[in-house]
Amino acid sequence: MDLHFGDSKPTDEERAAVDALLGPPESSWEGADRSDTDLRWARGGRAARDRRDLLLPGLHAINDRVGWISDGALDYLCRRLTVPPAEAYGVATFYAMFSVKPRPATVLHVCTDLACAAAGAPELCAGIEERLGLGSGVSVERSPCLGLCERAPAALAVKAGDPVRTAVSAPATVEEAVLAASAPDSAPEEPPAALAVPQAGQDGLMLLHRVGVVDPASLDDYRAHGGYTALRRAFELGPAGVIREVTDSGLVGRGGAAFPTGRKWQATASQPDRPHYLVCNADESEPGTFKDRVLMEGDPYALIEAMTIAGYATGAHRGYLYLRGEYPRSLHRLEHAIAQARARGLLGDDVLGQGYAFDIEIRRGAGAYICGEETALFNSIEGYRGEPRSKPPFPVEKGLFGKPTVENNVETLVNVLPILTMGAPAYAAIGTQRSTGPKLFCVSGTVERPGVYELPFGATLGELLALAGVRDGLRAVLLGGAAGGFVRADELDIPLTFEGTREAGTTLGSGVVMAFDDTVPLPRLLLRIAEFFRDESCGQCVPCRVGTVRQEEALHRIVERTGAAAAGDIALLREVGRAMRDASICGLGQTAWNAVESAIDRLGAYE
Amino acid sequence: MTVTPLGIPRRLLEFTLDGQETRVPEGSTILDACRAAGKDIPTLCEGDTLRPKNACRVCVVEVEGSRTLVPACSRKAEPGMEVRTDTERARHSRKIVLELLASSVDLSTTPRGAEWLKEYEAKPDRFGPDAARLNEEPKVDNELYVRDYDKCILCYKCVDACGDQWQNTFAISVAGRGFDARIAVEHDAPLTDSACVYCGNCIEVCPTGALSFKSEFDMRAAGTWDESKQTETTTVCAYCGVGCNLTLHVQDNEIVKVTSPHDNPVTHGNLCIKGRFGYQHVQNRG
Repeated sequence: MDLHFGDSKPTDEERAAVDALLGPPESSWEGADRSDTDLRWARGGRAARDRRDLLLPGLHAINDRVGWISDGALDYLCRRLTVPPAEAYGVATFYAMFSVKPRPATVLHVCTDLACAAAGAPELCAGIEERLGLGSGVSVERSPCLGLCERAPAALAVKAGDPVRTAVSAPATVEEAVLAASAPDSAPEEPPAALAVPQAGQDGLMLLHRVGVVDPASLDDYRAHGGYTALRRAFELGPAGVIREVTDSGLVGRGGAAFPTGRKWQATASQPDRPHYLVCNADESEPGTFKDRVLMEGDPYALIEAMTIAGYATGAHRGYLYLRGEYPRSLHRLEHAIAQARARGLLGDDVLGQGYAFDIEIRRGAGAYICGEETALFNSIEGYRGEPRSKPPFPVEKGLFGKPTVENNVETLVNVLPILTMGAPAYAAIGTQRSTGPKLFCVSGTVERPGVYELPFGATLGELLALAGVRDGLRAVLLGGAAGGFVRADELDIPLTFEGTREAGTTLGSGVVMAFDDTVPLPRLLLRIAEFFRDESCGQCVPCRVGTVRQEEALHRIVERTGAAAAGDIALLREVGRAMRDASICGLGQTAWNAVESAIDRLGAYE
Repeated sequence: MTVTPLGIPRRLLEFTLDGQETRVPEGSTILDACRAAGKDIPTLCEGDTLRPKNACRVCVVEVEGSRTLVPACSRKAEPGMEVRTDTERARHSRKIVLELLASSVDLSTTPRGAEWLKEYEAKPDRFGPDAARLNEEPKVDNELYVRDYDKCILCYKCVDACGDQWQNTFAISVAGRGFDARIAVEHDAPLTDSACVYCGNCIEVCPTGALSFKSEFDMRAAGTWDESKQTETTTVCAYCGVGCNLTLHVQDNEIVKVTSPHDNPVTHGNLCIKGRFGYQHVQNRG
């Protein structure tokens, strides 16, 4: 390839940001001054191109330091990595947290998604904008779900610099959000993760039992609370033994697709092609979902131990932890935990002296719901636009970097720990026959005690809501997030299992349970869901790219209409929705019509 | 059709296509099988010289056991598969996809576009007069190409042709996301400031006329473009010794554009700037 770079130059700061990630450039081929050897010697080429996956970290480095990505900075990064600038531009403009236009160093992301909208996000935004006024040096951006639904409304301030500073304000008031943006260092610290777990400290918890009990920064404390016994047991069992336990436990993926985890691991482990990769999907972006955040913040070592076990079982020596960019505290906790584990021989060339090499690398997302789709996530890590790939081939065969890859989300992986410590039969005895084990639910909206709840599969929706303190006047519950569906207030006896929700014509999805009382205007809520899908569509396939826009337009037209006046548009929505479900490449387009359809059919939203 | 070099004979596999037992060589896509059986499946993003992108979703068919419809252009036929191409479900999706496309972009210069809209009874107007579309002026920033995003369906063929599948110039990519995604060069600059080498291979593969020769664009604007009056003559490019074939499109004794036959085993339809655009000397009659 014959790369062409314009004449735009990076500033010293931009250059320093890139060099801090990649090291100083060695030759003029990658942006250094010309030296004698350069006259005879070309560096870069294939060796540099193999580092394409550093494109996203490089964009983060620039954006973190400067706040936006200039032409000169992008070109310099491209030169360093031998990436064509047009492709890098396509990647930089894909992610919501990056800007290729100048903007202030501080960006205040104010969540306007479902839970926050119901908790007054529009007024919060207006108040913040009024207080800050023009020329405040803060760019206020309306954001999709920040994963802080239990403390809605929420805001996240990111102040570029070296190092970048972040502050979270939730529940946010105008004063607190403005303070977080203007002085992130002196903003009050976030409440501990345990506050998001109303059951914290209770007996019988399996996934959440350490949250609020252990010090998330202490490996010793983690070990004192049973940490790393599962990994020891894994080494006793051997890889095949671990897979057998996981298969026998009946564990299925908790991300929404409910695929049997043991089968996925077995399929990856048995691939002859090497290397194998493990990817942990921590890109929790489903509106209303925050359980993975709470686990990562409250019990980070558990995830590291579980990833090590998964890597061992599937024959992977490298695990990528793809963490959504909106979770600064999770990032810090996990970075610290990984460093500690590495220093203590729990990651690295010889894990626990067992001769097994495994290490974990964190990759940050940059604001794209679609990157939670497993193949889009691979593209994102590899330095391409986060567009889903068509399947087949499936990731177990050709995944990350074209190699056999097992991908699980955080909650799924953390379930492996109790499976190994208690044994598959004891684990499989929990829950129902077809949905085994415990399940985390993210309860938010109009309830007294929003937060993450752990219940064995089979509890009913009503039981869960009773725990969370449902308020009077409940009108509807959104199950499974924006990609899920609404159920009525008189359907609270639905059992929370995969088969039970399926029989009831709805879905458990990622475990979102969002309650709405009769003060919440339903058509506005649906509009917000449609807006979300329109914003988050990657744009690759026509049914999703255009369909989500037409869906939003139709909902706009009928926002104040009902009955016969809405009938034509509802028929149109049904036709478009059916084609989106049938013909879209990935789950985003296929589910973009679920919630609206359920609101029309089950709640009679426009009658 | 691309001329496939003769390799090891491929085994045949059997599957069912619209109830008929069908045998196709291993590795064939469902679309290959449909074409071999004389079935006409509409496609836009599929290109005979490119890997299937399956982004447009016009060619979806029903496969027994599959939760969603599958794109015929990229899904390989498998032994025992049961494929139905003309079910109500598949036709519904094709119709909606055509409606969505035609409501958001201008398909007037898309070959067969009007025919498919009619066949599937697509009514793009039913999304109302306020349906979002691009409404952008064509980008004319050089003497060779015009980029008319109003006609772009984001099929990625130009990106693939410019990138690793043919030209290896990587001058264009998709920028932005969702409905706001656009084909763009780096920094969304004019073409003249980009890495573009003006080979015109993106024009060669564009299925809608979103990329066109300036000559064609100007003649269309002037109302003088008339394909019925054009002749096509294939000859050999005289600039170098590679032996690329040129197809000269001549109207009123003037070359109006140059394409290249896709079944040429040397170039598969690719040319360089000289072969594609360097024809003025031929008609410099002083």
